[in-house]
Amino acid sequence: MTPLWLIPVLPLLGSAFNGFFGKRAGKGVVSAVAVGTVALSFILSLVAFFAMQGAAGHRLEATYYEWMATGGLSVPFGLVVDPLSGTMMLVITGIGALIHLYSVGYMHEDEGYARFFCYLNLFVFFMLMLVMGSSLPLLFVGWEGVGLCSYLLIGFYFETDYAPAAGLKAFLFNRVGDLGVAIGMMALFGMFGTLTVSGILTQAGHLSPEAGWGLLTFATLMLFVGATGKSAQIPLYLWLPDAMAGPTPVSALIHAATMVTSGIYLICRLAPLFSLTPHTLTVIAWVGGATALFAATIGLVQRDIKKVLAYSTVSQLGYMFLGLGSAGYAAGFFHVFTHAWFKALLFLGAGSVIHAMHHEQDLFRMGGLKSKLPITFVTMLLATIAIMGFPPFSGFFSKDEILYLAYLKNPALWAIGVLGACCTSFYMWRLMALAFWGEPRDHHAFEHAHESPWTMTAPLAVLAVGAVFAGFWGIPKAFGGSFAIEGFLAPALTFGQSHGAHAGHHEGPAWLLAGISTTLGIASGAFGWWMYKDGLAKGEALGAKLPGLHVVLLNKYFVDEAVEAYLLRPVRWFGNLMWKLVDVILIDGIGVNLPGALTRVAGDFTALFQTGRVRNYALTMGLGALLLLYVFLK
Amino acid sequence: MSTMTFLMLAATFLPLLGALGLLAVPKENRRAFEVGAVAITIVSFLMSVPFWFDALGMAGEMHKVQWAWAVDWIPSMGVKFSVGMDGISLILWLLTTFLGPIGAACSWGNIDERHKEYYVWLLVLQTSMLGVFIVQDMFVFYVFWEIMLVPMYFLIGIWGGPQKLYAAIKLFLYTLGGSVLMLVAILAIYFLQHTATGTYDFSIASFQAMASTIAQQSHTFQILIALAFFVGFAIKVPMFPFHTWLPDAHVQAPTAGSVILAGILLKMGTYGFLRFMLPIVPNATKELLPWFVALSIIGIIYGALVAMIQKDMKKLVAYSSVSHLGLCMLGMFAFNPNAMKGALFQMVNHGISTPGLFLAVSVVYERRHTRMIADYGGLSKTMPVYATIFMIMTMSSIGLPGLNGFIGEFAILAGTFQTWPWAAVLATTGIILGAAYMLWMYQRVMFGPINAVNAEMADLNTREILVFAPLVVAAFWLGLYPKPLMTLLEAPVAKLVEQVSPGYHAAARLAEVQAKAAATGMRGMEAPPEAHGAAAGEGHAVAAPEGHAAPAAGAKAPEHGGH
Repeated sequence: MTPLWLIPVLPLLGSAFNGFFGKRAGKGVVSAVAVGTVALSFILSLVAFFAMQGAAGHRLEATYYEWMATGGLSVPFGLVVDPLSGTMMLVITGIGALIHLYSVGYMHEDEGYARFFCYLNLFVFFMLMLVMGSSLPLLFVGWEGVGLCSYLLIGFYFETDYAPAAGLKAFLFNRVGDLGVAIGMMALFGMFGTLTVSGILTQAGHLSPEAGWGLLTFATLMLFVGATGKSAQIPLYLWLPDAMAGPTPVSALIHAATMVTSGIYLICRLAPLFSLTPHTLTVIAWVGGATALFAATIGLVQRDIKKVLAYSTVSQLGYMFLGLGSAGYAAGFFHVFTHAWFKALLFLGAGSVIHAMHHEQDLFRMGGLKSKLPITFVTMLLATIAIMGFPPFSGFFSKDEILYLAYLKNPALWAIGVLGACCTSFYMWRLMALAFWGEPRDHHAFEHAHESPWTMTAPLAVLAVGAVFAGFWGIPKAFGGSFAIEGFLAPALTFGQSHGAHAGHHEGPAWLLAGISTTLGIASGAFGWWMYKDGLAKGEALGAKLPGLHVVLLNKYFVDEAVEAYLLRPVRWFGNLMWKLVDVILIDGIGVNLPGALTRVAGDFTALFQTGRVRNYALTMGLGALLLLYVFLK
Repeated sequence: MSTMTFLMLAATFLPLLGALGLLAVPKENRRAFEVGAVAITIVSFLMSVPFWFDALGMAGEMHKVQWAWAVDWIPSMGVKFSVGMDGISLILWLLTTFLGPIGAACSWGNIDERHKEYYVWLLVLQTSMLGVFIVQDMFVFYVFWEIMLVPMYFLIGIWGGPQKLYAAIKLFLYTLGGSVLMLVAILAIYFLQHTATGTYDFSIASFQAMASTIAQQSHTFQILIALAFFVGFAIKVPMFPFHTWLPDAHVQAPTAGSVILAGILLKMGTYGFLRFMLPIVPNATKELLPWFVALSIIGIIYGALVAMIQKDMKKLVAYSSVSHLGLCMLGMFAFNPNAMKGALFQMVNHGISTPGLFLAVSVVYERRHTRMIADYGGLSKTMPVYATIFMIMTMSSIGLPGLNGFIGEFAILAGTFQTWPWAAVLATTGIILGAAYMLWMYQRVMFGPINAVNAEMADLNTREILVFAPLVVAAFWLGLYPKPLMTLLEAPVAKLVEQVSPGYHAAARLAEVQAKAAATGMRGMEAPPEAHGAAAGEGHAVAAPEGHAAPAAGAKAPEHGGH
């Protein structure tokens, strides 16, 4: 059997090597170690993946030692490969290896070359721990570990002011979510007395769905809070757009393809548990739907090419949660899979554009790059068609299945989803038109623009193949397919129980729904392209007609400002008040220093009588004697 | 006296003997004192290492006092010089020997005057702290407990910062006040014991055996004893609102002073709670528990909020201690094995990460002579090794999984959740804020543009790396393989929980048997046909949570648990 531990450990070794020796070893060695370890991991993951399909119950498990043990809580250090984690492993190491290769070109001139790959390899390690961990605490190690790497990589350009600030923001928003996971784990431990995934799910299989707002609903809701942090959903989504301060390959790997989907992964991992809590599922569906539309509307007006893609990611993650909340675990996860291809491709393509334009990220200063960057253009075009949901590109199948399930849950959710999809089409075609069509708006940068080296274009090409064809893994039943991915994931999603995955009642006007959403999507895409293909004039005119809306969208609904004004400032103010009032004035001032001062004053006062002069003593003695005489003789 | 007992005494008193030896060296030989102090503490540490393995070999027996030995000191008063350690004393004793060399070695860079006295006091302090953890007699315990204060007073008062006298006197008066209250409680029990048994005995075991007699005394008496212990130890921990001596002491103390203060001295308070208050007056403690839990929670959140707005790095770390120790206390007051083990684990963690953070502050202080966050920025650029170690210590402090801090925090929260769910949820606020203030400080010091003055700063030298190395190794080791330490704590914590809540384990075992029975029923039910399975499943669905709820119920109402 494949030594499973080797799969995460290889990138860890690569990270350690590059961290300790990278600076002396030179860029060639660093690249070879970084790309090589992840590629090896990919090969081993493939071996494990196929071994898993032959294994009993489609599950490979290896336990190495007892990690935590206190009283009733015993957590083994174990790794699991099943259809769910196996797919994620392939995505992480496969797309990860491509992005590592891409980074060799993209980061070539950076001073912190070794440091970058040290962090990036470390990220792959933690991400693999997250998906392979056999217990929730081990998953949590990966969960917080990827948060750390994300923090380090967002703040990679640490000599700037904005990048470390964005990193801190990401870490703290994630921390809020992480504590949700921690509380959820505690509640589950209280209920089940174990924290291994298999232990929890085995016991959960004997429970009946919880009708009210009980402990199980509380636990799953807390886990979902964690998911909103990691996967950037309302209300914890604010960090992701700022996270674009990191190098572009990081945005592609961490903030598009892998880490941000771990919230969906967590819910899929515990799918039978979530199926027991219908209230939680409803919350998930609405939060996901709301995020999908909300973030898409912000994406409509952004000028920074990476910010558009960031809001697009938040929005697409919303679709995944919408799918999960509609009990379509397989559908949600399917979208994780297809999204990993086309969104990683879009980010890498954007990176290629930025690279060509000498670190220009402003769409309003691009234009006409079609001829200069042919490979980037074609691959990004394919990804755009995939994300807008044009059949039979990958995004069509996964998004359509989600929208269909949302319709079955509540037609209002479907409508929200379709509206979001229209926005998606619009902003993507706007982005493409602004970058590749029209006249160059910055002639100097345009003159110097050139196609990227093969290390960057080759990954684009490979990802483009995936972006086009990945959808064929799950052609929905309504279109004559078998939704193969659902059957494939079933062992993991149902865990041998009947009510795990989506029940599969396919009723409803599937063709009609798909027709409406696709037609509207194409129309909005065409509109976006037409608006911006000749430059900014038409867009500006439209913005001027709707000034209120434009300002609100441009400022992202002023949420950041509200958080600063109503949360952060009061907390700092309160901390300051507590310190000054309670510590300095009350405890130290009145409680400690005042008695001290009073003692001193009393001492000083009585010391007045101890003058050391005989005549003073004689005087007081005399006065005292007189007083006594008066008292007695009276 | 067995060899191990001799070794224990030797490791404890070696620093004192070394201090006496150093007195004979002329005071000009600065290097002799520096090397001497480090060498002596390292030998003492090496002598203590065998106890770790010896204890692991008999982990099941570590609730009893091991390596015990006693000799009469003042027979008429029942005072014996008796020594020995159980699992709880052992880990704190080991933490002390472990931090000793670090404290001595980190002083090389920042002590510029009166070297002889400094290292002599440091070594005396070391022996007095080690002594506190090995003695098994109340009287001798009190002697060590008080002696400890003297060297610390001089370390801060002579080698401290600009307001050293204020800080030293404040520390002294605060802790002395607490000690005196503790002494009153000790004497009250001592005389009660004489009334009850007719003998005079100062042994800790006999004090703990008084628990049932005390429980028969008047309500007021019990509450007063509990409060005397509480205030005495709460000052040392320090818990809100007795904490204001700590930031002053930390800010003014030389680095070694801060390291030892944070690493060991604060643990004296928590140790006192575990050793005396909980076993001797469990009933009164339980009665006052809501107040104690509330104070712990306030400490966690308050400490974090105040830490957030500090401009002085040392003060920030000092307030973070208030917050972290609040979490320890919360775990202790949850009164169940998970949380208590977590609390003990967290004591060790705090003794690793907080000294590490103080050392990190001192590194930049020695180079620039300022501790103000605003004076720094962008240091990652010129000090990459320092940046990495500082980051590891920061992460250890905020409880990143894979490092030590996480294990303790998680065990505390998981255990507390079983007894006080809302307290656990509130405590998590402190953990979010913890990440906020630590990383915000790190960002302002290490990231951003660098200015000309800071650009000259040199990275860590070999000595500094060696000082940090043991802390970094310990942080990873305890985070990745916490099992040995947890194993050592198993038996003593089980005993402690039993002392506090008699019948706890019987109730827990009963619950386990019930749960197992329920599980067996479940397994049988997979075979039968659908309808039958569904019907049976409903019944078990109700049974299983009941079984698991039992331990919590046992903790709250121990008298229902069978003996």
